[in-house]
Amino acid sequence: MRNGVFAKLCCLVFAAFMLAPIVVVVGVSFTPTGFLEFPPSGISLRWFRAILDAPEFIEGGWISLKLGVISATLAAVIAVPAALAIGRGRFRGREALLALFMSPLMVPTVVLGIAFLRFLTVVGLSGTFTGLALCHAVIILPFVLRLVLASISGLDRATERAAESLGAGGWTVFRRVTLPAIVPGILGGWVLAFITSFDELTVSVFIVNPSTTTLPVRLYSHIAQTTDPLVASVSTVTILFTVVLMIVVDRFYGLDRLLIGEGKK
Amino acid sequence: MSETRRNWLLSAPGLVLFGVLLFVPLVMTFILSLNSFDFYGGIKPDIGPGNYFAVLGDGYYYTIFGRTFAIALVTTVICVLIGVPVAWFMLKMTPFWRSIMVLVVIGPLLISVVVRTLGWAIILGNKGIVNDALIHLGLIERPIKMMFTSGGIVVALVHVMVPFMVLAVWAALQRADPAAERAAESLGAGTVTIFRRVVVPQALPGILSGSLIVFSMSASAFATPAIIGGRRAKVIATTVYDEFMGTLNWPLGAAIAMLLLVSVVVVMLAWNRLVERRVEKVIG
Amino acid sequence: MAFLELHGLTKRYGTITAVDSMTLNVEKNSFVSLLGPSGCGKTTTLQMVAGFETPTEGRILLNGRDLSAIPARERGLGIVFQSYALFMHMTVAENVAFGLEMRKVGKAERARRVAAALDLVHLSHLADRYPRAMSGGQRQRVALARALVIEPELLLLDEPLSNLDAKLREEMQLELRRIQREAGVTTLMVTHDQSEALAMSDRVVVMERGHLRQEDAPFEVYEQPGSLFVSNFLGKSNVYDARLIAADATGSRLVVAGREIAGPAGVTLPPGDVALVLRPERVEVVAPDAALIEGRVIERIFFGNQWLLRAGTPFGEMLISRRNSGRAEAAVGDRIGLGWEAHHIRVLPREEARA
Repeated sequence: MRNGVFAKLCCLVFAAFMLAPIVVVVGVSFTPTGFLEFPPSGISLRWFRAILDAPEFIEGGWISLKLGVISATLAAVIAVPAALAIGRGRFRGREALLALFMSPLMVPTVVLGIAFLRFLTVVGLSGTFTGLALCHAVIILPFVLRLVLASISGLDRATERAAESLGAGGWTVFRRVTLPAIVPGILGGWVLAFITSFDELTVSVFIVNPSTTTLPVRLYSHIAQTTDPLVASVSTVTILFTVVLMIVVDRFYGLDRLLIGEGKK
Repeated sequence: MSETRRNWLLSAPGLVLFGVLLFVPLVMTFILSLNSFDFYGGIKPDIGPGNYFAVLGDGYYYTIFGRTFAIALVTTVICVLIGVPVAWFMLKMTPFWRSIMVLVVIGPLLISVVVRTLGWAIILGNKGIVNDALIHLGLIERPIKMMFTSGGIVVALVHVMVPFMVLAVWAALQRADPAAERAAESLGAGTVTIFRRVVVPQALPGILSGSLIVFSMSASAFATPAIIGGRRAKVIATTVYDEFMGTLNWPLGAAIAMLLLVSVVVVMLAWNRLVERRVEKVIG
Repeated sequence: MAFLELHGLTKRYGTITAVDSMTLNVEKNSFVSLLGPSGCGKTTTLQMVAGFETPTEGRILLNGRDLSAIPARERGLGIVFQSYALFMHMTVAENVAFGLEMRKVGKAERARRVAAALDLVHLSHLADRYPRAMSGGQRQRVALARALVIEPELLLLDEPLSNLDAKLREEMQLELRRIQREAGVTTLMVTHDQSEALAMSDRVVVMERGHLRQEDAPFEVYEQPGSLFVSNFLGKSNVYDARLIAADATGSRLVVAGREIAGPAGVTLPPGDVALVLRPERVEVVAPDAALIEGRVIERIFFGNQWLLRAGTPFGEMLISRRNSGRAEAAVGDRIGLGWEAHHIRVLPREEARA
């Protein structure tokens, strides 16, 4: 059964709605004028050059990049063994453990933000990069865990038994059979966690200080005061960055699998 | 080493991280919400429900809570109305167009909420694209106010949340037997009937789980209401932010946040009960 | 002393007994099938031999060596899994080489043995392929080569052909038997498919609900089923309630539906209620005057090489299988005469109907 004209029209309108704010931001960033206009009256790279004169955005970008890499890696290192335990084990407390590790998705982000702020203030890590990275690791861990769990559940237990029957010990089985099979899940989870950290605002806005301000927080505080084409051009750069990352992920893993857990065969 | 011990050992790093950085902070925040505050002495370490009384006894906060949950509810309903048909249409597309639509749905999800909300601010502003176009067409004389209104927040929130609904419904529909629709058609059902009697019931698990995600995320959203709503259309999250970063009354902010947490948890549990009962009915 | 011996092997999960004191001897170089419906304990038995399940009671002796305390990875058995369990991220050659690598076999020797194993399963031309791009039958051969290359003392096959389509399955039956003979390896196969077990094995072990019901050569099991269960599970059977009134070394007398008929010699059961079993292919369609009973054809099914008739008779419904000899067969509604030879009847103890 194929879609009718009405369905196609609906999809078109939906696509337009989904793409509108992104197209607008990208369009506005090319304006030669000093104010936001869409469609732009001409095409100029003036506001992209202006980024070079705005060190706070460049620095924010670096901090976000570094933060994303470190916290995603930390989350992966912690989530993979936990996923192995939860994914294969039949033990008391397994459900509770899973619920605990997924709980950052359930708690309102703003609550997490102030809880982290309170905690970091008390232990004296407020505003530090270490504190920021640890907190990000907590909130992005569910993403890694979910994808690694999905790849473990797709793993045929018999494969490990086959390796064992051929003489492989526990560690060899893990390194040679289990790990290669779940690597796509780990990588997919890492990327999703990285993007989540890179874009995170609500928690970060509470726990950064001027020297650790991430790019989203910079953008937000800039927008809260004034919206000029500069924020649009910075945004366009981050969009471009995300698009490149998406293309890479799609080539190696499949975007639909990344977010739904199924898809590309 | 026993299997169980090995499993707990593997989970240990996560348990430590979550114990120290999730459990402890949340408990500390709860305690903070019981402390009192004055503008000269700062936070005092006494314990009492004063902040909760202050919030629950003030109509101002009722307005904010009411606005927040109204926005979340309307956003959820709109997401269902958009998400279900779109997911269904996507399922019936050719692989090429489907992959395009997947990009359209998922792509924005991976782009920063701040950036997307900036886009909506440009579109909805008094001198924004919508108003400009309407004035040019002569349909209105003065710009319609959309920025700093709940309506504006809903539009931008729907944009942020609708991918979650589409994905949830799509996952549910993918599990369903596509032949069921053909069966309904062969029995004489039209497109609308098929949608209402076959597709929606099949999508229901997805609609229910998607609604829960969308509602709880909308109720606690910060970036979108902060940029679109500003100070004039405050929601719980932005109020908490202002208490913490503006007035510096952390205990009061913590109390508001705790109330948000409790109401979200209550809604989730109630919703899960409803879903379970529904699932029981289907399975028998 | 047999090559593989199971002594009182038992596996209990809580209150459920999956395998109940199973005792079995397997001779060297023989091909033995564990046959039974799902849940009969055959797979659990195999898993215990493989070392993936620990027996609750009993011992497993391989070549005189007790396997109980030896972990799976040191048992040195070749196992082919139902899902093949190939390493999808390794090429065919890498899959086959894995076991040799674990045994620290040198590179040159490894390459030689991998090549020989792939040659044995006729897959030499696909050595550098990944399993993902292969058909079910090819994957099956890779799994077999991987299990055989380590020159196991014992080859375990867990429903090896169940994932193949019917035609390929028949080809692989012959192929698997050829490979087993060439490799000269003692083999224990688990299957629920009676024709597969009969076609491939030297010995068939029929299991039901955790118990070993019968163990014998395929022809013997089929011809001399020890119980109604075995008789029904292997091939088709007509089963009727009967009463044994006399039996000695020259023959026996049975009463079925009020008629007295001749039965086989050598029945050792005491007179009384028994079950009479008659295979469909042993019933002949004969002229009415030579018939033992008369029947009316209710249904007629054509299978290509044979016909199956279902007829109403004084005994009850009877299935009759007829070789297709190129002539038209009796049609639905026809009255036919039915006969058989007394020694084709099997007399078995009556069994209570099972839930």
